[in-house]
Amino acid sequence: MTAVKEPEIAPPPPTPVISLERANYGDLVFRLVLTLAAVLIPVLLGFLVYELWTGSRLAIDRFGLDFVTSSTWDPVAEEFGAYPLIFGTLLSSLIALLIAVPLSLGVAIYLTEFAPKQLRQPVAFLIGLLAAIPSVVYGLWGIFVLIPALRTTAFPFLRDVLGFLPLFQGPIYGPSMLAAGVILAIMIMPYVMSVSREVLLAVPNSQREAALALGATRWEAVITAVVPYARSGLIGAVILGLGRALGETMAVTMVIGNRHEIAASLFAPGYTMAAAIANEFSEAVGDLHLSALAYVAFLLFVVTVVVNAGARLLIWRVARGSGAGSSAL
Amino acid sequence: MVGLMIGAVVVALIPLFFILLNLVLKGAGSLSVDFFTRTPAPAGETGGGVVHALVGTLIIVGTAGLIGLPIGVAAGVYCAEYPTSRITWITRFVADVLNGTPSIVIGVFAWAWIVATQKHFSALAGSVALALLMIPMVLRTTEEMIKLVPNSLREAALALGYPRWRTSLSVVIRTTLPGIMTGALLAIARIAGETAPLLFTALGSQYLSFDLNQPMAALPLTVFTYATGPYEEWHQYAWAAALVLILVVFILSLGARLAIGRRYSINA
Repeated sequence: MTAVKEPEIAPPPPTPVISLERANYGDLVFRLVLTLAAVLIPVLLGFLVYELWTGSRLAIDRFGLDFVTSSTWDPVAEEFGAYPLIFGTLLSSLIALLIAVPLSLGVAIYLTEFAPKQLRQPVAFLIGLLAAIPSVVYGLWGIFVLIPALRTTAFPFLRDVLGFLPLFQGPIYGPSMLAAGVILAIMIMPYVMSVSREVLLAVPNSQREAALALGATRWEAVITAVVPYARSGLIGAVILGLGRALGETMAVTMVIGNRHEIAASLFAPGYTMAAAIANEFSEAVGDLHLSALAYVAFLLFVVTVVVNAGARLLIWRVARGSGAGSSAL
Repeated sequence: MVGLMIGAVVVALIPLFFILLNLVLKGAGSLSVDFFTRTPAPAGETGGGVVHALVGTLIIVGTAGLIGLPIGVAAGVYCAEYPTSRITWITRFVADVLNGTPSIVIGVFAWAWIVATQKHFSALAGSVALALLMIPMVLRTTEEMIKLVPNSLREAALALGYPRWRTSLSVVIRTTLPGIMTGALLAIARIAGETAPLLFTALGSQYLSFDLNQPMAALPLTVFTYATGPYEEWHQYAWAAALVLILVVFILSLGARLAIGRRYSINA
């Protein structure tokens, strides 16, 4: 989509008519109101950063950057360290990516390159429905359906087959890092799928035709001509999914088990930054506890901004001007 | 390989199928007239409903819309009508940043801004948080929709002597109004299911309340509280409330998507 050019306004006649002058006032007021709204948004963001900063000031002064590496979280002794939270956020998001990325890329490639025309829209639509389900509903389903199912089938299976790895040892509780990863995977899949699909659709047909003309099969054309062309956009889609996973709160809070510990086993409960804020913020007593949670929120904000900015840059590189990915962002 | 990919499609659709199936199986049984008209019974007793949460969601989301829609639409119109302005570039960038910000962080912001200064939880703080979530979405769709308006339409209006503001209001925005409304509906559908920003702003409550300055219940909060609570009866209510919530969200977003589809087919 090309940017709309500013319409040319006819130069004012040498002797201005009264109605035209009034019109100019109208233009001025109109532009002023719109500008106010447009300026308000950066102002709000600035205010957000300021509030997060002042809110976490107490904890920043007290713990500094050690906050990131310390693992004690003791509201009674007023000792706070966010390492287990950061670790949990990263690990659960990583598990989610490991599961969701192959699935979403498979679906996206199938839908853009191979699926029968009549199937493409309906399947994309159904997977899009997953994105419309509220996070808290995923959490509810996770507690009462997914976790019991995983505990009786997938977890014992993993322990039997891959039990030689420390990752899959130890008692199976149910609420766990792995359960959080699985539910996150389901939640980010529609985003990764729809952005990769748009990126793949933005690959010019001449790429495919050139490969096919050289005798490639359709699959070879996809692997040699389409995917490499779209590579940075696909990476962007994955990073975008990562951004979603890092900030996801409710569903994770409900299935991860909420324990301030780092365990080697994926079957053990853990905690994430977002989940800690959700659980403890309204019940925090001391100022320092609140401030530590605000510090966590501040860190989470910084991380997601960096991740999302990276994703956008990569998507722009492929889909510059085509508007691909814009709706999903 | 194609077989594997078809497998991926099947695996991707399994969760959707099971989530919807479970919602209907476990939730539909608890739906009754009481469910929609009564407030909750005290813990341990049977009966009661979630009317307080339905009303709360309506009020909180409605207020969020009243705050967020005008700002989002106006900023979107600005970005589309003055695309070369530096403010446009900054606003667009900031909107993208806000769009990627986790909703829990927005909740902390609303808490620090309103709850901490007022020293009490309030539905209004929740509405502000939700409004902040919807502004970037509304801005984006408004801008995209306005960019679809052919320049000839603008030029025709200007040539007839319309000033720019009237061209914008009664030609450009009027043509795109259905599209803008669609974007608004999608944004409302999205914030209606948000829980995290309400946890320590609107907080939730067991009573029917119409006061924006007090804690207020909301459907997603009710699902969360009931799902994590200890009683079997609560769990059933959580499923029923989740079913109602997802119906509301799906109807809003499906309606919006159908409207988009029809619009494009007319244009094509």
